[in-house]
Amino acid sequence: MIAFNPRNTSLLIFLGLLVIFTVAVTLMSEAYGPGLVSTSFVKTLGKTLCLCLVALAMDVVWGYTGILSLGHFAFFGLGGYMIGMWLMYARTEDIVIASFANSPLPPTPEEIVTGIATQIFGVVGASELPPIWVFAHSFWAQMALVVLVPGVLALVFGWLAFRSRVTGVYLSILTQAMTLALALWLFQNDSGLRGNNGLSGLQNLPGADAIPQSLISIWFFWASAAALAAGYLLFHWVVSGKFGSVLRGIRDDEARVRFLGYPVEGFKLFVFTLTAVVAGLAGALYYPQAGIINPAEVAPIASVYLAVWVAIGGRGRLYGAVIGAAFVSLVSSWFTGGRAPDVNLGFATIQWVDWWLIVLGLSFVAVTILAPKGIGGLFDAFQGLRTPDRKGAPLGPDEGALQEKEAVK
Amino acid sequence: MMRHFLAALACLMLLATPLRAQDSFGPVQTLLQQHRDAIVKSSRKTIEPAIAALAGSGLASVAQVLEKWQDKALWVREADGLFVYAAPQGDALALTDIDSGEALGSVPKADATQIKPNSGIRSLIAAALVQFQLSDPDPARRLAALDAIARDPSATQLAPLRAAIADETDPAVKAQKERLERLLTLRFDPDEAARIAAIASFRGDLGQDVRAALNPLVATTRRTAAGGVPEGENVARLLTPGGADLPLSEAQALLVAAGALQPVLTIAERRTALVANVDGGSVGGFAVADLDTETARVLAYEALEASGKVPPAASDAEVTAALAAHVFYDAYAEPSALVATEAAAVLRSAETRIAINQAIDLTLDALSLASIYFLAAIGLAITFGVMRVINMAHGEFIMMGAYTGYVVQQVIANYTVSILVALPVAFAVTFLAGVVMERLVIRRLYHRPLETLLATFGISIALQQLAKNIFGTQARPLTSPAWLDGALTFNDVVSISYIRIAIFVLALVFLAVFLFIMKRTRLGLEVRAVQQNRAMAASMGINPDRINMLTFGLGSGIAGIAGVAIGLFAKVTSELGSDYIVQSFMTVVVGGVGNIWGTLLGATMIGFLQKGIEWLNPSNTLAAQTYMIIFIIIFIQFRPRGIIALKGRAAGD
Amino acid sequence: MSTLLEVQGVSVTFDGFRAINNLSFAIGPAEMRAIIGPNGAGKTTFMDIVTGKTRPDSGNVLWGERSVSLLRLSESQIAQAGIGRKFQRPTVFEDQLVSENLMMALRRPRNPLAVLFFRPARADHARVAELAAEIGLADLLGRKAGELSHGQKQWLEIGMLLAQEPRLLLVDEPAAGMTLAEREHTTRLLVEAAKTRAVVVVEHDMDFVRRLDCRVTVLHEGAVLAEGSLDFVTQNPQVIEVYLGR
Repeated sequence: MIAFNPRNTSLLIFLGLLVIFTVAVTLMSEAYGPGLVSTSFVKTLGKTLCLCLVALAMDVVWGYTGILSLGHFAFFGLGGYMIGMWLMYARTEDIVIASFANSPLPPTPEEIVTGIATQIFGVVGASELPPIWVFAHSFWAQMALVVLVPGVLALVFGWLAFRSRVTGVYLSILTQAMTLALALWLFQNDSGLRGNNGLSGLQNLPGADAIPQSLISIWFFWASAAALAAGYLLFHWVVSGKFGSVLRGIRDDEARVRFLGYPVEGFKLFVFTLTAVVAGLAGALYYPQAGIINPAEVAPIASVYLAVWVAIGGRGRLYGAVIGAAFVSLVSSWFTGGRAPDVNLGFATIQWVDWWLIVLGLSFVAVTILAPKGIGGLFDAFQGLRTPDRKGAPLGPDEGALQEKEAVK
Repeated sequence: MMRHFLAALACLMLLATPLRAQDSFGPVQTLLQQHRDAIVKSSRKTIEPAIAALAGSGLASVAQVLEKWQDKALWVREADGLFVYAAPQGDALALTDIDSGEALGSVPKADATQIKPNSGIRSLIAAALVQFQLSDPDPARRLAALDAIARDPSATQLAPLRAAIADETDPAVKAQKERLERLLTLRFDPDEAARIAAIASFRGDLGQDVRAALNPLVATTRRTAAGGVPEGENVARLLTPGGADLPLSEAQALLVAAGALQPVLTIAERRTALVANVDGGSVGGFAVADLDTETARVLAYEALEASGKVPPAASDAEVTAALAAHVFYDAYAEPSALVATEAAAVLRSAETRIAINQAIDLTLDALSLASIYFLAAIGLAITFGVMRVINMAHGEFIMMGAYTGYVVQQVIANYTVSILVALPVAFAVTFLAGVVMERLVIRRLYHRPLETLLATFGISIALQQLAKNIFGTQARPLTSPAWLDGALTFNDVVSISYIRIAIFVLALVFLAVFLFIMKRTRLGLEVRAVQQNRAMAASMGINPDRINMLTFGLGSGIAGIAGVAIGLFAKVTSELGSDYIVQSFMTVVVGGVGNIWGTLLGATMIGFLQKGIEWLNPSNTLAAQTYMIIFIIIFIQFRPRGIIALKGRAAGD
Repeated sequence: MSTLLEVQGVSVTFDGFRAINNLSFAIGPAEMRAIIGPNGAGKTTFMDIVTGKTRPDSGNVLWGERSVSLLRLSESQIAQAGIGRKFQRPTVFEDQLVSENLMMALRRPRNPLAVLFFRPARADHARVAELAAEIGLADLLGRKAGELSHGQKQWLEIGMLLAQEPRLLLVDEPAAGMTLAEREHTTRLLVEAAKTRAVVVVEHDMDFVRRLDCRVTVLHEGAVLAEGSLDFVTQNPQVIEVYLGR
């Protein structure tokens, strides 16, 4: 049965393309090749792969389950913060120990901790390590937190929200409120995460000063590609079987699934939490490549962009999310990076740095109205698939239900 | 008799002064000459009789003399020892007679000596001057003198102030004088009973001046003593080291300051001391390499201490012992226990009343915040509640209204007129924008709320960036007319700015307008019909498309007017809207969708909640917003459909 | 005969309107029952209460041999306990294949983890095929449910109900919008089902009810007006008044 599923072919094609892409970039990089692809561009590509992963998570939670979460980029950011704490702590510890090398007395543990705290928190006028940094010295503890913090937050929030049957736009607004609360909390200086300044210097791996960034960047690129492949496999497995059936059922007609005897809240909670954890892991891979994380990254608008990527790529199909995230984020960085040529209209010059967001916003509106299948719809047209003729009626009564023109066949 | 006296006086003068023409002295000059030695000597210790004589003489020009003296414009002419006023005139001095005010010509500077009162004398003069200012014919100057005393009260002003009360004719000034007299009495009167009476008279008064006067009386200093509290200490309260009020480090510092404990070293100090005593790879017999724990360092330091190389420092055991052997307490600086107790009691009663008044003030603040949220949310309540359409660009319509106000102000200079013009213009602009958006976007996405949410988000992103491109990133001012400046002040605690009152009124007006439109007009009837059953309404001859368009336009237009109102007190930036959008949605959701009273209740609840949390945690408005949102998320657990929820089948469940 | 479901003195109010007024009702383990009544009689609300969608203000709903109260259970727990419901409008998952719809309804563990690791065994496929044959959709297993005709969707939904293997079937207007032939097929399906389990059919259509040939309960204004055979209740003057609005 599964062998006949067209989604299985897409899995193999996707993994094949990802491998080819990874090998090609590696062979063109500065570390293992002629340097056709600069180190900074390798980083951009690595980051893009992480964004594709979080977009996958978003697609599962929105495209498949119908929960338009405006909080998944917050989980992404939390993952980044958690790994950033270890990176910053360990790196600063190296620096502090090095600075004691020439001192007449060997440092005591207390002095090292004080030194680290002063280095990290001097910028917000504190010199003591906040309690939430208690595990920052341990890589494995922080890695566990990368999974636990977004996971537990999603679990608690999701339990509260789903239990009280908040659905549709209410749920979206509620997730947005959660994201805003988190961002505001991170913005204050006594949050213990350096407020506005965020965590910085994350590209410097502790104890890896001798290794050139060109090499580190390609390693992260590999890790990101592997994570994306693993994430794709995981989510493909999740959405392909009966579980996927139930998810899509919840999206289109939640009450019906409930009357079939499925505990809908449990399913939603499972998906919400699982995707939050994957988002956190993606963030933990993204931010060491970005080098800096600050509360602005967590702001609600970032989660909206995430939804935009998935919508433009085509929701309800995994490769759509990947295409959308890769396409929009790369084009965005091209336009806002000042590399796009200005357009001279005679009476005015359009500078893309200023006008790109307007184009993005409006093209997003256009995609929503005119091409609800997004870029993924092109594949359907290519394959000559047609959707069931439902004379314009939606496929289910719920707010997240798939519309006729969006159905993949 | 009289003649004898005068003759004797004249003889005395002759002896005392080398003057030739004392017969021609005016009365002030005579007085000055009588105290000539003291004045010329300018000593704080001996000057008082001179100033008292002048001040007590009752002569009209005494105030002027004192002022000139204070300003160092009083000189003595060398030639005849006459006191004169002098003003520098190039290198020379222009002299004026003290009594007659006639010009006495000019002399070189060397031919006269300046009287230079030191600061002590000047303050005595100033105190003497107060009584003249307090009795000045001009009430404004009298009030100014009272202000001067209130700003910098001192014991010397008490007597002149009391003297100036009886003759006061202006009742307002008299009341102020009496109040100030009591304020000075409670601080400076030597009689304890008088002070206590003065303090008691302020019971229930909320003036900041009263609190400022009383607070020093209950000011405490932190002290420690071995064994028990010594006799004669006016103890406010006892403290426990390590408790909430007295951290251990502070208790240690007190002990060190009292000499009861050797200094407690910080990690850095111990390190410095050890480094200074490194001797060929070891410190005090310990190898340097081993000193990588604090325990080892303490041992090394003790070794150094024993050999006398470093000053002794307290060990942990000594600290513990000293803490146990001492009591810690706050003592009133005020020596009179009765006064301190009474002041504390009055302050406490004031605090209760202040707390009540603060609660009133907080209520006013919360109401005004609630009216802002209501204004921001009412447009949303219409589009979301009536049409079930989520408009994430609502915040940008608010921003658009604010910028419209700004542009109107650039054209019309008069602030009052420009605001009156800006309100309808803003409505028109955002109404139009809303209608265009409804036609182009919303209409195509009915019954797809999540898609509407995202599409309007796209519009919001585009509009925000457009505003940034047009108006730049810096904040633009939207100035309120002068008659909206200032605040309605009830007392020192309770006040509310007129602009907030205006916004409150505006919110009420909108509530009334909304209710009128919905309940009393044909449009409202049709809107409600479309809201309840679109198909049925259409079959009754109502055009639902037109109604939806108008409804959406109305909601957007109200957002524009809210934008003008919000722009008056907040900075107009392209992010103005996004600052309000989440709170606006919370307002609508918490209140209950589809009901204007729900929106009102939601706005009130969120306004009060936010102010309440800010009051509990005043230093941190960001954290306050975080807590508020968390509270709302939890609130929605218990009332998922808001405060006023539609029940049953109408809820569309 | 023991009772499978017993509804005792249930009342529910919506904004002051009494939708169900002290309603009592009982049905045995293998019985067919038709519920008729004019619009607004509370038929759908009655189903909502039994399936846990609406909580009554007072009264009790007892289930099974051990008389478990259903009021404390959630919709999904009630469904798992053995109550299946068919809605008025056909509600199948239109974006999914007919086979997927049936597979989802099969009586298997429903908790998320079990579902996640569930992979259909040969027996499951066989059961799906058997059900499809029963409801006459054997040739359409690979088609999307959205492509089916109205009647086919109704049957699919009945098939999904049967796949749940419930002990009580609540069927809301199964014959609405069906051709005569389709109605006969539907009747056969329901009568067959009632041999092994309880079936409650809510219906307007007297012809259809007559075809079912079972006891009839007449609801009016949220309470039971009459109960008995169809002929018996149609003789009842009160029922005639309610229906003809005299």
